[in-house]
Amino acid sequence: MTAMSKAAALPVEFKLNGKSVVGRPDETILQTAKHHGIEIPHLCYKEGMRPDGNCRACVVEVKGERALSPACWRRPQQGMEVTTDSPRAVGSQKMVLELLLADMPQAPHALNSELDQWAHKLNIGLPRFEARKQPAPDVSHPAIAVNLDACIQCTRCVRACREEQVNDVIGYAFRGGESKIVFDFDDDMGASSCVACGECVQACPTGALSHKVPAQIGARAGAPAEIAGQLTADRTVDSVCPYCGVGCQLTYHIKKERIIFVQGRDGPANHGRLCVKGRYGFDYVNHRQRLTKPLIRKAGVPKHKDFSVDPDNWRDAFREASWEEALDFAAKGLRDIRDRHGNKALAGFGSAKGTNEEAYLFQKLVRTGFGSNNVDHCTRLCHASSVAALMEGVNSGAVSNQVGDVVNAEVVFMIGANPTVNHPVAATWIKNAVKKGTKLIVADPRRTELARYATHVLQFNADTDVALLNALMFTIVEEGLVNEAFIADRTSGYEALRENVKKFSPEVMAPICGIPAATIREVARLYATSKGSMILWGMGISQHVHGTDNARCLIALALMTGQIGRPGCGLHPLRGQNNVQGASDSGLVPMFYPDYQRVNNPEAKLRFEKLWGRELDPHPGLTVVEIMHAAQKREIRGMYIMGENPAMSDPDLEHAREAIAALDHLVVQDIFLTETAYLADVVLPATAWPEKVGTVTNTDRMVQLGRKALDAPGEAREDFWLIQDIARRLGLDWNYSHPRDVFNEMRLCMDSIAGITWERLERESSVTYPCEKEGDPGEPVVFKTHFPTATGRGKFVPADLISADERPDDEYPMVLITGRQLEHWHTGAITRRASVLDDLEPEPVASLHPLELARLRVRPGEVLTVQSRRGAISLYARADEGTPAGAIFVPFCFYEAAANKLTNPKLDPVGKIPEFKYCAVRVTRGGEVPRQTSFGGGQASRAAAQA
Amino acid sequence: MKQSGSSAGTERRKAKVRSSPKGRITEPRALEEIRALLGNSPRRRDLLIEFLHLIQDKFGHLAARHLVALAAELRLSTAEIYEVATFYHHFDVVKENDAAPPALTVRVCESLSCELAGAHALIERLRATLGDQVRVIPAPCVGRCETAPVAVVGRNPVCGASTEAVAAAVHAASTECPEAKYIDFAAYRRKGGYQLIADCLAGRRTREELTKIMEDSALRGLGGAGFPVGRKWRSVAAEAEPRVMAVNIDEGEPGTFKDRWYLERDPHRFLEGMLVAAWASGVGEIYIYLRDEYAGCRALLARELARLQRAKPCALPPIHLRRGAGAYICGEESAMIESIEGKRGMPRLRPPFVAQRGLFGYPTLEQNMESVYWVREIVEKGAAWFTSHGRHGRRGLRSFSVSGRVRKPGVHLAPAGITVRELIDEYCGGMLPGHVFYAYLPGGASGGILPASMGDLPLDFDTLNAHGCFIGSAAVIVLSDRDKASTAARSMVKFFSEESCGQCTPCRVGTIKALGLMGAVKWNQPLLRELSQAMADASICGLGQAAPNPLLSVIKFFPQEIG
Repeated sequence: MTAMSKAAALPVEFKLNGKSVVGRPDETILQTAKHHGIEIPHLCYKEGMRPDGNCRACVVEVKGERALSPACWRRPQQGMEVTTDSPRAVGSQKMVLELLLADMPQAPHALNSELDQWAHKLNIGLPRFEARKQPAPDVSHPAIAVNLDACIQCTRCVRACREEQVNDVIGYAFRGGESKIVFDFDDDMGASSCVACGECVQACPTGALSHKVPAQIGARAGAPAEIAGQLTADRTVDSVCPYCGVGCQLTYHIKKERIIFVQGRDGPANHGRLCVKGRYGFDYVNHRQRLTKPLIRKAGVPKHKDFSVDPDNWRDAFREASWEEALDFAAKGLRDIRDRHGNKALAGFGSAKGTNEEAYLFQKLVRTGFGSNNVDHCTRLCHASSVAALMEGVNSGAVSNQVGDVVNAEVVFMIGANPTVNHPVAATWIKNAVKKGTKLIVADPRRTELARYATHVLQFNADTDVALLNALMFTIVEEGLVNEAFIADRTSGYEALRENVKKFSPEVMAPICGIPAATIREVARLYATSKGSMILWGMGISQHVHGTDNARCLIALALMTGQIGRPGCGLHPLRGQNNVQGASDSGLVPMFYPDYQRVNNPEAKLRFEKLWGRELDPHPGLTVVEIMHAAQKREIRGMYIMGENPAMSDPDLEHAREAIAALDHLVVQDIFLTETAYLADVVLPATAWPEKVGTVTNTDRMVQLGRKALDAPGEAREDFWLIQDIARRLGLDWNYSHPRDVFNEMRLCMDSIAGITWERLERESSVTYPCEKEGDPGEPVVFKTHFPTATGRGKFVPADLISADERPDDEYPMVLITGRQLEHWHTGAITRRASVLDDLEPEPVASLHPLELARLRVRPGEVLTVQSRRGAISLYARADEGTPAGAIFVPFCFYEAAANKLTNPKLDPVGKIPEFKYCAVRVTRGGEVPRQTSFGGGQASRAAAQA
Repeated sequence: MKQSGSSAGTERRKAKVRSSPKGRITEPRALEEIRALLGNSPRRRDLLIEFLHLIQDKFGHLAARHLVALAAELRLSTAEIYEVATFYHHFDVVKENDAAPPALTVRVCESLSCELAGAHALIERLRATLGDQVRVIPAPCVGRCETAPVAVVGRNPVCGASTEAVAAAVHAASTECPEAKYIDFAAYRRKGGYQLIADCLAGRRTREELTKIMEDSALRGLGGAGFPVGRKWRSVAAEAEPRVMAVNIDEGEPGTFKDRWYLERDPHRFLEGMLVAAWASGVGEIYIYLRDEYAGCRALLARELARLQRAKPCALPPIHLRRGAGAYICGEESAMIESIEGKRGMPRLRPPFVAQRGLFGYPTLEQNMESVYWVREIVEKGAAWFTSHGRHGRRGLRSFSVSGRVRKPGVHLAPAGITVRELIDEYCGGMLPGHVFYAYLPGGASGGILPASMGDLPLDFDTLNAHGCFIGSAAVIVLSDRDKASTAARSMVKFFSEESCGQCTPCRVGTIKALGLMGAVKWNQPLLRELSQAMADASICGLGQAAPNPLLSVIKFFPQEIG
């Protein structure tokens, strides 16, 4: 093998159209020809895709061979004589193009398609053959138009769907002239299992698959949706996706100052791939409910926890104001509380959806303007416990290895994560790795989509993570599979851990976690003995009262086996928001300054006091849920909330809303009138992601540049300016003229990004940290030689079994698991106003196992009611075999059936994260049909059509 | 609240609630049925076609619910299952709202020999006679051209089929292939069977010696391509282990029925030859791919394989009998490999050749059934015996499948190099009464068409190349003055267009456009020639490359027929 690959690495000399050329044996004739300025027509081949050699437009003559050979697929060999332009080769190339052209529709679906371009270059005239009988169009899907009359059966869409995204929806069925591209069982695309990643559209060379353009951009309302291929963009802007932590780079295509479609860009995290949200979830920026003027609460309109927001009826509670008035009012309210009730009576929630620069400014504002560390954001609700355990164990809150590294792993252990839904493009890398031989272990109480690709599926009982993980460690210890050298050289505290896990044999734990002991042992061996085992986890791990313990166990697993510090292993908590990593890095948390420098560390405090020129509070501030409690107790009286929606995202909404309503003064800065904004005293209209410049940091520690594509609507203003406007009114002398200035200040106090320059970001769009000195390449894999702890060692922290705070009982016999849906982001404020996403998942649904539904005598699609000790919601039932018996899964994005009315606010004692993944509920048949106001339920596309 | 919005919302909501995750869900009952059907079989992808047969045989069709359950059981995507199931003629996929086909299907062969014998009229009559309870459909060559026309009732081939005979079979529910008389295991053993392979395994013969004999005999692959057998053994043996063997009995070339002919008579001669070939090439595992049309052979082969494995006259490698599902293209070696792997029969691009990387990625000895059938006799009688036969300068024996307008159609073992006139006169008892020899197809559908005036050319590998023809699997179809070469060519090109796998443009689109052009009274010859050239040059496999042969022959030799 080695000999072979060495031989294969030697350059190859061969003749190309009579001239001697040197090519690489790992590239094709087509690629070599391209390097030498020779164009060969091709359609089924697309750069970056596996060549398939089926269209035959690229056939060339190879001397001594009877038939022609496809250049896209054939590799050159030493001494080969290849002719691309002989009459024979060109004859076939032209005939192929003519045959395909003969079957094209009269009216093209794409301007200047690849087929047209080649036909033009090769001077193909009117085809001399009769056209085929054309298939009917399929416009059943909200985002994608299928016009197979333009299909040339090149199977690029099949490869995109099956081999790249591995969504496995598209097939090439039947045979001969009947052959056709199909979705599932030749179903309408809209009725198929399509997840609308749009990769097939991006792959299609003829417009047979095309993006539908959101209706408001089309000229005629009510007319069939226009398709993107028929429009020419005025300009394009390279940016990064605003949704999840994967950090896909993309290009906005803009016409008449509206985004008409989005293309995946070759970024390091996505290599051109996108998911449905990144691809189709962009027209929220044009939604009629965008806030375009500052609003001030009308005098005499009380705030109350019981409300239903209809953003169309904002006048019920607010009046418009000028910027001067609104900003003065906002700042004065905060100032008055600070002056009257002290620094600690104020708090701020920043946003993981904003930029690093905004996060930095916001925490700086709270720390220097409010004068306390009462600043937090939604990281508290997602990975706070993971970060707590990581800081404790390895003193670093970020991932050790990037997602793409799964391809180098022999084993991937994925627990409490559902990346096909929450990190779809990351999931594609995992699926690609599995196809190349990586073994996948999926551990989750729900059987999720990735289970199909797994060698082991551990559908363990909810809440028994520690039992399962300790049993794995027991096996590793007992069977002598620990990495003694790694433990001795690089860790501390192993003895205590070893003693602790002695209580947790797989045989004893099996009945608790519901996984057979033999399976636990097998998985333990697999993990411990592979050349590289990588752990990925999500909120199934973190959102428990024992979330920190769960994460501690994962860290211990990696440490005891030495599965960290190399490519293809390590620890990767999949970060949720596009900038939750960056917001935390930038200090948007109550216990750390930027770069995880502890606020109660005098050295760190001094460093920031010097930089910021203000005295700082030495005490950690309150966390998200603590702030809510404090507000309820009126210890916190004023808040500044930027881009967060705690009135939907916090647990036990009844109390959270009560707390928010109890504030004397609330400033909310957002793009829509969210549930939280509805309780504000002043609402500042801000910018959506494509309307501003700034950096975000993805789950892989890549700092990436988002670029401005559109102007903000109306009087809406960039968050970067708004924070400064408030800051100045609180007496801070701030004068940043561009986010670049903020970033440069951040480099002064954040060693991890000190080497990243704004210019480099503009040039490269993405730089991985740690990057301490200018010019450093950035480190995709960390902890190679030591951990960034004081001793350089990683620390074992044992964990015992702790039960969920609220176990099912006779009164509330089922378990509620909350989470997300592929199409909807977080509290739905954005995605339920994106027409495609709203069309795809318009209604609130709860997933239950079909047998559970049968037991409850609820038919799929019917309304059911879920009640906990804290509240009740009614929504539609969905039959899902993946949901375990005795459990119900509800996404928290639906305001008309807000799952967080039910959830338990009990916190993990270390990470302070609420137990979103477990509480006791009662489910009953029937209930009131969920009522929507002016968004959701498919109204976005209708609204767009009317606009 | 806006009142109008709310009421519209209620209406819309009812329509838009998705009561299950995207796509189809697995019905628990369908899953149970599939699990019961699959029993203890390993849930391997390569067994997909076998599993589809199980379902089709049991339920008469492939219901969507069963395919979804099968996908879940095999952990495959539904699209993959669907594309495989719809690729093969013998599977009937029935979606939720579609009607299932009738329980009984009669397939009437419409390939050239049967067409000459009135297949199309028979189809019309059968449809009128049998009514809605029986599905009558045309089928590509069923490999019984010597008894044309043929109608297969279920799995029962009615030879020399008349409306009455078919109706009788339908009414008597005789839907299984009757058993033929053949040399069974015991009889084969009595006459020294399996001694050769025992000698090989015991070290009494060497691989080199046997390979040399095959090389000296100059026996060439009898599936059509004619690759020298001995050389193939040697090249596969030179590849790294593990090596596998794939035996091609997907005899689908219209007019060809020799493999069936020998299989029905002396199956163990084939099996022993196969074992010797495997041994000589260092093969550890054997896959036999048998076309689904040969249901009788399948039963016979399964039985005799079981007897062989029970008696175990020598050490045996694992032998798997795999069932095709109605696809001519699977006779193409790499398409067959894809099919054995449980996929659509789409030929692979070469290089690498299957001898280097074939079935499951392993070096593969792929042999036509008849090629190994001759091994024992050649080894026993010597290479010289085989080469002592031959005419007109050619050496060896050929099994000609002769059909069409001759008195005695059938498989005729004749010297290589014999001319078609000699074949008709000496072996076939001359032309049918009242028929005058007009033209002939020397090699099934792909070998081109020659006029009677060229009936004195020696028939063998390579001898017809100059005329744009070849003998391939030696399927000779004889046409008379009552027939037209252009009609035959259209029949062949139609066959190719229906049997094209659909992968490459020149073949998928080219065959259809060619057929369109051939419908004209006056053919557009320059365009057809241009198209043919591209098809021959640029198609992936032999199907597309040879598909224009019949039409080119007509342009060349029968210009009077096409204006």
